Amino acid sequence: MRAFAELLDRLVLTPQRNAKIKLMADYFRNAPDPDRGYALAAIAGTLTLKAVKPNVLRQLVLERMDEVLFRYSYDYIGDLAETISLVWERPSSRETAVQDVSLASVMHQLEMAGRANVHGLVRNLLDQLEGSSRFALLKLITGGLRIGVSARLVKQALADMGKVDITEIETLWHGLSPPYTALFRWLDGKADKPELDMPAVFHAVMLATPVGDNDLAALDPKDYAAEWKWDGIRVQLASLAGMRRLYSRSGDDISGAFPDILEAADFEGIIDGELLVGGTMRTNRATRTFSDLQQRLNRKTVTRKMLEEYPAFIRGYDLLFAGRRDIRHERFLARRAALSALIEKAEPSRFDLSPLVPFSSWEELDRLRADPPDPVIEGIMLKRLDSPYTSGRSKGPWFKWKREPYNVDAVLMYAQRGHGKRSSYYSDFTFGVWTESDGKDVLVPVGKAYFGFTDAELEVLDRYVRNNTVERFGPVRSIRAEPDHGFVVEVAFEGINFSPRHKSGVAMRFPRISRLRTDKPPREADRLETLLAMIGQPDGDMETAREPI
Amino acid sequence: MKPETLLYPTPKGLYCEKGGFYIDPVQPVEKALITHGHADHARAGHTYVLATRETLDIMRIRYGDAFCVSSQAAELGARSTIGDVTASFHPAGHVLGSAQIAVEAGGTRIVVSGDYKRRRDPTCQPFELVPCDVFISEATFGLPVFHHPDDRGEIAKLLHSLRQFPERAHLVGAYALGKAQRVIALLREAGYDAPIFIHGALSKLCDYYGSQGIELGDIRPATVDVGDKQSFAGAVIIGPPSALADKWARRFPDPVAIFASGWMLVRQRAKQRGVELPMIISDHCDWPELTETIREIGPGQVWVTHGREEALVRWCELEGIAARPLHLVGYDDEGE
Repeated sequence: MRAFAELLDRLVLTPQRNAKIKLMADYFRNAPDPDRGYALAAIAGTLTLKAVKPNVLRQLVLERMDEVLFRYSYDYIGDLAETISLVWERPSSRETAVQDVSLASVMHQLEMAGRANVHGLVRNLLDQLEGSSRFALLKLITGGLRIGVSARLVKQALADMGKVDITEIETLWHGLSPPYTALFRWLDGKADKPELDMPAVFHAVMLATPVGDNDLAALDPKDYAAEWKWDGIRVQLASLAGMRRLYSRSGDDISGAFPDILEAADFEGIIDGELLVGGTMRTNRATRTFSDLQQRLNRKTVTRKMLEEYPAFIRGYDLLFAGRRDIRHERFLARRAALSALIEKAEPSRFDLSPLVPFSSWEELDRLRADPPDPVIEGIMLKRLDSPYTSGRSKGPWFKWKREPYNVDAVLMYAQRGHGKRSSYYSDFTFGVWTESDGKDVLVPVGKAYFGFTDAELEVLDRYVRNNTVERFGPVRSIRAEPDHGFVVEVAFEGINFSPRHKSGVAMRFPRISRLRTDKPPREADRLETLLAMIGQPDGDMETAREPI
Repeated sequence: MKPETLLYPTPKGLYCEKGGFYIDPVQPVEKALITHGHADHARAGHTYVLATRETLDIMRIRYGDAFCVSSQAAELGARSTIGDVTASFHPAGHVLGSAQIAVEAGGTRIVVSGDYKRRRDPTCQPFELVPCDVFISEATFGLPVFHHPDDRGEIAKLLHSLRQFPERAHLVGAYALGKAQRVIALLREAGYDAPIFIHGALSKLCDYYGSQGIELGDIRPATVDVGDKQSFAGAVIIGPPSALADKWARRFPDPVAIFASGWMLVRQRAKQRGVELPMIISDHCDWPELTETIREIGPGQVWVTHGREEALVRWCELEGIAARPLHLVGYDDEGE
């Protein structure tokens, strides 16, 4: 338990991705089975434990402690599990040293405990463990383990530990369950790769590389098919032997939030497609924006109202399995024909086929890319006609050719220190544009960005912040930003939408600082009206703005 | 005599009218008795100062020779008469030279703890129990949440991280007086004998500790002329806490931000400061030590000052010990 508790404490405070991976891989290498399997489950969110109610914990601590002193403590710490882990006094009569109970033993005891004796069991465990382990235990049993590690990251740690490719882990993942003993034996090199008995597992997706400056000149348009790149999320739908699963592109199981799609998937096969909200082309209804899709994302369950207001569907790109037959080695066109046939028979309101875009030259395609027929298109995909479906991102078979980003000139308003390598730099910026308020021009914050600039540009930004601080609020500095004195940056972003949660009423997607405009006085930065006018337009060029379709 | 008339709080600090002196005054006064060298307790500008020899030395290092008009070194345990009262200094275990001050008149003795701790510390004399009628206790960590772990375990965390991330500089924030030297001494005790690099703000005090016979081993300035940036890979560098987020930190390769402080027990504190590796090492008592000390002394009354006063007062009430908060202003309970 102690090693696991230390790992959690380190992970929460470690900002760097690589350092997190290293911490986890080192733990997995050194911890015994089945402890490490339970730790993996806890981190990846696959652990199922009967939750202990906060009230039970409160009762436990008050058996030994004055209520007033507990209240002072809780007010100060602000987190129940952490407070209890810190104030817990082991009975002084029992002169036993702190013990390290194994994580597996804790799991076993919790599993065996009936409702009536959970109380006594938790008390007993708290008495045996030291502070950090008590905290880990309480977080586990209250279901509040938030450590900032994605399932993808922990899989990368497993891959590093066993020196295997992450796609192998992703494919196995949904066929395995805690405590993952077979997986670890394989990663340790002590057994063969586990055989799966569940067919509807995730298969690593094929990824595209961005079109670079001179890439297209060397390619023949005749070798490629083009299709629109839709602005939803890439998913894989597996429906095999009565088992249906919806996975994100990194292999997270998101089935729980999309019963509407799973229910309609009455075919056999594994589809690669775009998850979108709105109506399919087969029902002649409009595809809705990414912000509508977001209403459905990151949920464990979904209400009937959400299902009605934000109906989800899949726009098919590719077919990996036709029935139970693996067709990934076949050519793109052959797979697409099979996909087309499958979708033809599938429920029209839940499945449609991503149409191909006919073109004869790269110039023609570039014009189409700049002026797509639907606002929910974010660019073009190029797929070699003879390419098999291969996992990962290799250059050549698939390209993505994104629409140009939107741009605005904004004024820096606030800055905050970064994390990790950047903890001595002001690298997180809030920027604003002009708007009129009570007859005067004022800046209204419209977004935050913490990347896009080079290291040299960061030095310039950091120096400006340090020399032009107006006020400090904890870690945040308010920066001088007046019509004739301030710092203008060009902000590039992928999309913009109305947002009632933001003061300005708008929210940008993927904003980043693309250029420092030291040449521009703040008074010439953009206005909020300009941003509002961009909403719902397929590209950011004001001159060619059209009515949204 | 009534203890409330022997010592009472004023805006300038705790005042003893019969002796005509203040203890740790926060503004310049005629006569000051100083418990220890931390800046919020030991200020420059008093006319006459009585403190331990080490505390006077530390004040001289920090403020220059003109930190007061005249000073006198107090022998630990010796009683001196000031006006109508007797005062004596006793080790507090907080930092080098730190002392509790006992003030006595008319059969009443009050002990002002200053800042104190009960743990072993290789860089200063241990706390001494002084029987008294009133014990004035600090309460920096006066909440039941504070249970400081064993120092050795915290040092082990640092040593483990050095093995795990040998390519990264390990940057430890520690207060310049006391904490920095204690961390160095604890590292040496744990067998770490590589050079330890220090920020310029620490050098005079580290030299002073060395001159007082506290062995700190191979200490070097953390200047870039030592070599290129990469030469700090896998090295331990110690600086004042503020330097961690300062431009100074940029000269080191991919630093791991570490902070040695009792506050690091609170996860949110570590997170807010951007600390990657918290080391819970405190120069103050934790909750069990505060309450244990009061039990051992068994004073008639406890007066509680800087920190979480209300919780310690509540605990005294529950134990049937008369207690009240002193509400002294000007002390930095964050300074740890």
